[in-house]
Amino acid sequence: MDFGPYLMLAMLEGAVLASVLALMASGLSLVFGVMRVVNVAHGEFYMLGAVMAWAVTSFIGGGPALAFIAAAILAPLLVGGLAAVADMVILKRLNYDPERTIVATIGLLYILQQATLMTYGADARPVVPPFNHRIALPWVEWGEGGLSFYFPWGLSTTSYKLFVIGAAVVLIAALRLFMTRSKAGLIMRATQLDGEMATAFGIPVERVYAAVFGVGAGLAALAGVLIVPIQQAHYLMGGDALLLSFIVVIIGGLGSLAGTIVAAVLIGMSDGIISVFFSPTLAKILATLAVALVLVFRPQGLFGGKGR
Amino acid sequence: MLKIEGLDVSYGAAQVLRGVSLTAQAGQITCLMGRNGAGKTTLMKAIMGLLPPGAGSIALEGTLLSDLPPHEVPKQGVGYIPQGRRLFGELTVAQNIEIGLMTRGGDAALREELLEIFPRLRERLGQRADTLSGGEQQMLATARALALRPKLLLLDEPTEGLQPSMIEVIRQVVLTMRDRGVAVLLVEQRVDAVLDMADRVFVIEMGANRDEMDRATLRADPGRLRAHLGV
Repeated sequence: MDFGPYLMLAMLEGAVLASVLALMASGLSLVFGVMRVVNVAHGEFYMLGAVMAWAVTSFIGGGPALAFIAAAILAPLLVGGLAAVADMVILKRLNYDPERTIVATIGLLYILQQATLMTYGADARPVVPPFNHRIALPWVEWGEGGLSFYFPWGLSTTSYKLFVIGAAVVLIAALRLFMTRSKAGLIMRATQLDGEMATAFGIPVERVYAAVFGVGAGLAALAGVLIVPIQQAHYLMGGDALLLSFIVVIIGGLGSLAGTIVAAVLIGMSDGIISVFFSPTLAKILATLAVALVLVFRPQGLFGGKGR
Repeated sequence: MLKIEGLDVSYGAAQVLRGVSLTAQAGQITCLMGRNGAGKTTLMKAIMGLLPPGAGSIALEGTLLSDLPPHEVPKQGVGYIPQGRRLFGELTVAQNIEIGLMTRGGDAALREELLEIFPRLRERLGQRADTLSGGEQQMLATARALALRPKLLLLDEPTEGLQPSMIEVIRQVVLTMRDRGVAVLLVEQRVDAVLDMADRVFVIEMGANRDEMDRATLRADPGRLRAHLGV
């Protein structure tokens, strides 16, 4: 395959990763933005979403499409509910202290991971995608007769991968609308800006925190559901996803939804391209280097404020 | 209306209020005075439930505010205009007012009423709160608190740093609220303003009650108030 079609293929793979990453990192960024909690267990909510997607699709019959829809609804709700309970039982008792909640979420990470190992097992398990048609992609070349289209051998994707990209775009747009246009979003933003004054205007801040932690985990779980027909569910899959999510929110600016999206696209695309042309390890090395540079030269991230 | 008895409040190991007692009546302006660090803002925060009392009680019309979760206090009709205004800076003027309206189910008619009191805010509805001038920010902080239809209005140095025309706007609002039967508890450093508006003054020093004067005493002996403040 020529370089051009090969690059396009790599960019498509990158776009799939960027989409899932944007969804997952939005949850992490939302939790940090509103609660000032660095949730180290966020990757486990992603893993739980994937594992629950496997469980739901295995349990429910009626074809892969129906089972997948059920998984996409149930897994985020269950994981979000679990996270809200974890917030009330653990984080609230620590008074949302930034340092102690880091240690607590590390503990939560291991509890969720080992509980999954004990119940689900160590095997990676696939989920059948709801649809998976192969789509050949066209390329252009300049010939004697001018521009012409052709279909290079190997330049193709699947309808499911395109669906993942589209679904992530719709979900992130919906999250943005929710935060900027809804009453609940207004309450979350007021809590983010000044929790004490939010309380002075009747906002039950601790309940808002539980809801935000649940929504953040639900977004991670949804990302897990979307990726599992491509990657398979495994109890250790949260680690890499957490690392990439932290890279994205640090580069984008902690708590900035817009920055998170831009950084997810940058990291996802570069990861996809570098992985295809060189190696996935080099992609991770360069992403980590990018974080180091951002922390040195622009600690607040590309879109972050100076902090409160 | 508001009755505070024997209130102790601490920040960690540091006790700031020591047995403070105070009352504020409906349709009256009660002023709270004291030097910097006397505990005036701490008392305001304690009334709002933002600082838990170590001892004593805070009651509004017989309801013990000090027994309620903090977010239930404003729902009892306690409006708060904090020192430094503390608006939700990244939200618009309209959204800041909306937060106030949500607290006690305020409607479009109340919103309209507030915009008639502060017409300049109507021109700035879509503007971020942190881009307003100091005077406009104070108007917004006041409108946000009035959006609760308060029975008790707490104002913590509302005229600090404002130009005279804006101070007059705030003064008129305070007097209007008093005339509507609202109990106003005002922290104010300007003695002349206190002598002009106050129905009762409580002076606190080092976190404890130091003096209490009614309107007649203030008029008869303004030097007594000045002496407490060293002006």
